[in-house]
Amino acid sequence: MNYNDLRHFADSWGLVAMGMIFLVLVAWPFRKGASGRNHDAAHIIFRDDDDD
Amino acid sequence: MDKLLTRVGVLFVVALLAFVAMVLGVDQAFSVHMGIACVAALIAMAVSMKKFDFLTQRFPVLSGPTVASRYDDDPIRWGVIATMFWGIAGFLVGLIIALQLAFPVLNLNLEYTTFGRLRPLHTSAVIFAFGGNALIATSFYVVQRTCRARLAFPGLARFVFWGYQLFIVLAATGYLMGVTEAKEYAEPEWYVDIWLTVVWVSYLVVFVGTLVKRKEPHIYVANWFYLAFIITVAMLHLVNNLSMPVSLFGSKSYSAFAGVQDALTQWWYGHNAVGFFLTAGFLAMMYYFVPKQAERPVYSYRLSIVHFWSLIFLYIWAGPHHLHYTALPDWAQTLGMVFSIVLWMPSWGGMINGLMTLNGAWDKIRTDPIIRMMVMALAFYGMSTFEGPMLSIKAVNSLSHYTDWTIGHVHSGALGWNGMITFACLYYLFPRLWGRARMYSLRMINWHFWLSTLGIVFYASAMWVAGIMQGLMWREYGADGYLVYSFAETVAAMFPMYVIRAFGGLLYLCGALIMVYNVWMTVAGKLRDEKAMTETPHNPDADRPYVAVPAE
Repeated sequence: MNYNDLRHFADSWGLVAMGMIFLVLVAWPFRKGASGRNHDAAHIIFRDDDDD
Repeated sequence: MDKLLTRVGVLFVVALLAFVAMVLGVDQAFSVHMGIACVAALIAMAVSMKKFDFLTQRFPVLSGPTVASRYDDDPIRWGVIATMFWGIAGFLVGLIIALQLAFPVLNLNLEYTTFGRLRPLHTSAVIFAFGGNALIATSFYVVQRTCRARLAFPGLARFVFWGYQLFIVLAATGYLMGVTEAKEYAEPEWYVDIWLTVVWVSYLVVFVGTLVKRKEPHIYVANWFYLAFIITVAMLHLVNNLSMPVSLFGSKSYSAFAGVQDALTQWWYGHNAVGFFLTAGFLAMMYYFVPKQAERPVYSYRLSIVHFWSLIFLYIWAGPHHLHYTALPDWAQTLGMVFSIVLWMPSWGGMINGLMTLNGAWDKIRTDPIIRMMVMALAFYGMSTFEGPMLSIKAVNSLSHYTDWTIGHVHSGALGWNGMITFACLYYLFPRLWGRARMYSLRMINWHFWLSTLGIVFYASAMWVAGIMQGLMWREYGADGYLVYSFAETVAAMFPMYVIRAFGGLLYLCGALIMVYNVWMTVAGKLRDEKAMTETPHNPDADRPYVAVPAE
């Protein structure tokens, strides 16, 4: 595999794969039922009053 | 006992090897560094033999014996003190080199104190020593609290702390002796790079080990940012420092890359050091300490996840904007510019997420100087992440590049965002780590806040004026096509701005010195008797029911 093959892979399938992965990761917290989990996660740091 | 014997033996062999390397060293700087390594190994050996913790034995107050902690906080206590120490050193050297630019006589005509050698000392001291210690200490604090687990591998965690300090000492002394790879923010030579790799991988092991043994099913978002920072910095460090030493006993090496490839690798490294060391790591601090200090959960956890993935996917492409109008292919320059501009969105998303955490508690800005610092830090984060994309636009960059505007931009981010958020987190941590009710004085925090803010304003505005003036003078052509100004004329024109910049730095340093006093008294267990930050006076005249007056 030379430089040329690599760059054509990078600006075609590589780009598509990266884009898809990114979209899935960003959409993930918006899935159905996620808001309850997000709310819980945001409160993790307060669950234990005594942090010493 | 066997374990101890093995450890002492290994350290002794390391000390011996370092000694041999010192004797065989082909240049003086290498020998000095091997001498430092030898002494460090001998100290570690003596300490292991006596089986005592030098710092906490000598200064019992450092171990905070009054605090029966469920968590392993000793390395964090050392870390916050190291942060303060290196912070003062870094700010002081920064002030000195700012004055050197205005008054060149301060170079002292000594090779060790010239601007060229002190400048990397300043940048590394503030970024890696001050910032790095703050990141290591806070990450150890946050990962334990959010995972409800003690640090995995406590011995390794201590090695990370001491190993990192040794790295700082080797890097700093190297700069003074003129040892450099000449790569910005990656100046240390090959053997120091190898040492940092060992320390950094240990750091990763401690951090991931603690995540693995967590009691809390969900990994809180701050830890995502810390993990991204640790992994990415490891990758950047390894690739950018690929080099071939001239001799195994010498301090000089040559980069594995040449020409424009070397330049692009360097700025891929350099910009992601900004993106993952100074942004992701400090955002991790923001996502834990801002909600804790405000006593409200982060504004939107969902936004924090979007913020995370957007930064991770976008930052890595922005480096080429450091090489506009160079031999770098035009498409790569444009790619860097486009990604820098796209980065504006997640950056402001993160800023809004931090600021809106105060929604419903905005009054705390009036009453709580720590919140005030956090808000100012986020404001500067927003300002510099707007300025950065703007400067990356080629047309703007043709004016701003190589001028002091860039220096102003860096410092509004570094002093405003990194500095202020670190101070705020330290003010949060010191009373908790030593089991005190609060900081010695809240009013002194307020003084620190105003001195820092004013200092940054002087610094940034002076550099805007200096940079734009410099850029315009450089490109000024006369009627017959000659450049109007010589370079020396542009330097002379910037003198007043250089003095104002140094004054801003002095204010910032003074604020940090007030912090040192405040911290010292807090650790000593004193509370200053002072007026509260705000008072709500009682007005007896107004405190009565409304009496209806009949219409006449």
